[in-house]
Order: sequence, then C-alpha cells, then structure tokens
Amino acid sequence: MAGYYRDDDLPRFADMAAGAPELWEKFESWYTAVFRAGALTEREKSLIALAVAHAVQCPYCIDAYTQACLEKGSNREQMTEAVHVASAIKGGAALVHGLQMRRVADKLSM
Amino acid sequence: MGLSLKASRHPLASPREQLRIIGNGAGGKRFQPFRDKLAEAGVGPLAAKAIEVFQINVGKLCNQACKHCHVDAGPDRTAENMSRETLDLCLAAVRRVGRPRVDITGGAPELNPHFRWFVQQVRSLGCRVIDRCNLTVLLLDSQRGLANFLAAHEVEVIASLPYFLGSRTDAQRGDGVFDKSVAALRKLNALGYGRPGSGLLLNLVYNPTGAFLPPDQAALEADFRRELRARHGIEFNSLYTITNMPISRYLEFLIRSGNYRRYMERLVGTFNRAAVAGVMCRTMISVGWDGRIFDCDFNQMLDLEVGYGAPRHIRDFDPDALASRRIVSDQHCYGCTAGAGSSCGGATA
Repeated sequence: MAGYYRDDDLPRFADMAAGAPELWEKFESWYTAVFRAGALTEREKSLIALAVAHAVQCPYCIDAYTQACLEKGSNREQMTEAVHVASAIKGGAALVHGLQMRRVADKLSM
Repeated sequence: MGLSLKASRHPLASPREQLRIIGNGAGGKRFQPFRDKLAEAGVGPLAAKAIEVFQINVGKLCNQACKHCHVDAGPDRTAENMSRETLDLCLAAVRRVGRPRVDITGGAPELNPHFRWFVQQVRSLGCRVIDRCNLTVLLLDSQRGLANFLAAHEVEVIASLPYFLGSRTDAQRGDGVFDKSVAALRKLNALGYGRPGSGLLLNLVYNPTGAFLPPDQAALEADFRRELRARHGIEFNSLYTITNMPISRYLEFLIRSGNYRRYMERLVGTFNRAAVAGVMCRTMISVGWDGRIFDCDFNQMLDLEVGYGAPRHIRDFDPDALASRRIVSDQHCYGCTAGAGSSCGGATA
C-alpha cells in the first residue's frame, strides 16, 4: 500500500454506505443535524470541529473543517486560536496525569 | 504589482484556452455540462426576462492587478478602453430600455477618460448609476475630486473589500491596498456615503481570498459592520458576497496552487437549484469596451457573445430581442449557482 491516507478518499466518504446502508443513513442524518445552526452558530460548530479534528489528529477532518471554517467566515487568527485550545486541552490532559504518576511513585517509594 | 496574463503572454490569457480547460474537467474526470444540469433540475434552458441592469465594462485599465481578477485588468491594459462613440451608442440604448440601473465596471472604470461625462449623461436620463470601484482609485492624483463628483451625482458605489483585515485583503489585491482602501472609505463616509438618510449608497463586495466559497452573506455582513466600525470607524450599507469564477487569473491561481480539481468539484457538488432563478444574466445585459454585447461580465471575458439570434453589437441594439434572449452558458456558470448563489448583487438564494 502506497500510503495509509489518501486525499481523494475524502469526497468518497459516502462510499462507507456500502455494507451497512442503514447505519450510514443514521450517521449522515445525525451528522447533518449536529452541524445545523442551533444554540450555536454553524461557524462556532465548525471551529469546534476544527479544534477536535486536531485533537484526534484526523487529516480528513482537518482538511474538511479548514475549508468549512473559511466558508463560514472564520479567519486564520480565529482558526489558529481554536487549534491552540485543542492543543492546550491535549497538553493539559497529559500534564494532569502527572498527578497519577506521582501517586503511583509515592506508593512505590519508601 | 504583477503583470496581466496578457502582458506576460500566459496561455490562460486566451479565452479559448480557459474554455478548453474548464470544458475538459479535472484529473481525468469530466463534470456534467452545466446546461444538462439545468435540464436535469428542471430549470433550463436559461432565458432572460428583462433588462433591469445595463452593465457596461468601459475598459480593462486598472491601477491594481488583483490575483483573482476575472478581467485580467491592470496598469498594462491601456489598449482596451471604451471610446466616446461607443459610449454614445450605449446612451442611445439606455434611452430605449427606459430607466435601467446603469452599472459601470472595468478595470477601474473611473480611469476611462469619458467616465465623468458619461455618468452625467446617464444621470440626466434619470437612471440610477452604479460605479464598481476598487477604492484606491479615489486616492490617485489623476483622480482628484472623484469622490465629490460621485457624491454630487448620487452615484451608488459598490466597492471591493475582500476582508476587514489587512493581511487577507493585501494577499489578494496587493501590498498596501487595505490601508488605502480604508482611507478611501473614510473619504466616502465623510461625504455621507454609507450614512443613514444621506441617499448615498456604499455597498461592499467580498470575494473569497482563496479556493473556497463565500460565507453566509448576512453573517459576514454583520462581521464586517462590527469590525470596520470598531477598528476604523467605517460605515457602509450592505455587503455582497460574490463567488470567484474559475476563469482568467483566478483559474491560473487554482491550477498553480493545485486547487483546481477540488474547487470545480465544490462548485458542481453544491449546485443549488434555488439559486438559478436569481442569476444576474436573466435581468441584465453586459456591453464590452468594443461595443459587443454579452449575457454577463464573465461571458464577456470568455468572448462568449450573446447567441441564439440576439443582436451582438450595441449599434444593433434591440431591447425586445435582448430582454427575452436565451442565455449562453458554459462550465464557469456553476460559479453562480453554487451554494447560496452569486451575482453582481451578492447571494441569490
């Protein structure tokens, strides 16, 4: 296999319907509803999605939600701050586990 | 400032080459012909229903050379400027239509030596006049008094400003353009433009500064209003979002940056049947600097003259034949029907 990720897979996402069309249909209608404007605007939801895309390190989602954010009117400054939010939570999540490390270390130590 | 495609002898300076590329699809994939898409959606073939807007492109000369320009305008385009004789023919044609909105574009239309005379003539007919202005032209030494002239003749100004931040605006329109645009907008505001009750309309145009579709027009207008007011004390009436068509310099950008296939897929994939009813070609005609007649300014740049028996030159102007003509379309027309739609007056759906 030439590579694990291919950018031409993104527009073929709906091909995942093959094999489990009912599950795909449920996913698609739920997904569409999630991103519709509600208590949050479509722009806010796209920025959240962009941040989460970085946290889960999904190249397809980063590609799709970079474009979505631009098309919802976000600018690079806002998008960069969103990525920093994701990074801060990821970094903080790692760091806060240091307390667990200390607890284990304390238990193991004299 | 970059040279035009024409001056740099780029293959994409040729309308025929542009049509060949967009007709061939992308990456071995052909896109459904636009006219077939209309038929499939039950909204084709496209036909005009009136001449509400009489748009005149008075020339390709411009003091800027923006990266997305569908006209391939610039300081080196001195050869293409509408003559006084052709403007006289336009005036005669405007009289025959009644009182259309006369929409003057370019290039920087103000650089045509007959611009002010023509505006005065059209205003004396009682027509509303629109000047599609790049803003920086208002600061040129050669154009002293231009802003006052526009205000005195109650000309509606539709001004290009792709973003409320300097970095994005300059990336598309050239270094320093944003600061000059802000200075020009302040000048217009000082004359009453964009102020409630002044009767002087100042509308802004947003073009995406990259290979993506415009945001929701109302949401972006609110952003522009808030940010331009807070950062620069600038007021305006409305914001129009306009999709970039895959032609001329923008097509060159798409190909050079590796975004062409994806952008075309985006335009075709977001075809919106509801946007078709409001496409601008149904209510306008477009006259080129040499007097030829087109369905819109984009067709004009692709040399796609009006067809199906409609008169093709302003000297043969026939308002009845043109008001109900069938529209000439090609693959670039997907740009006007994508997403929320696009026209000279912004979103259409």
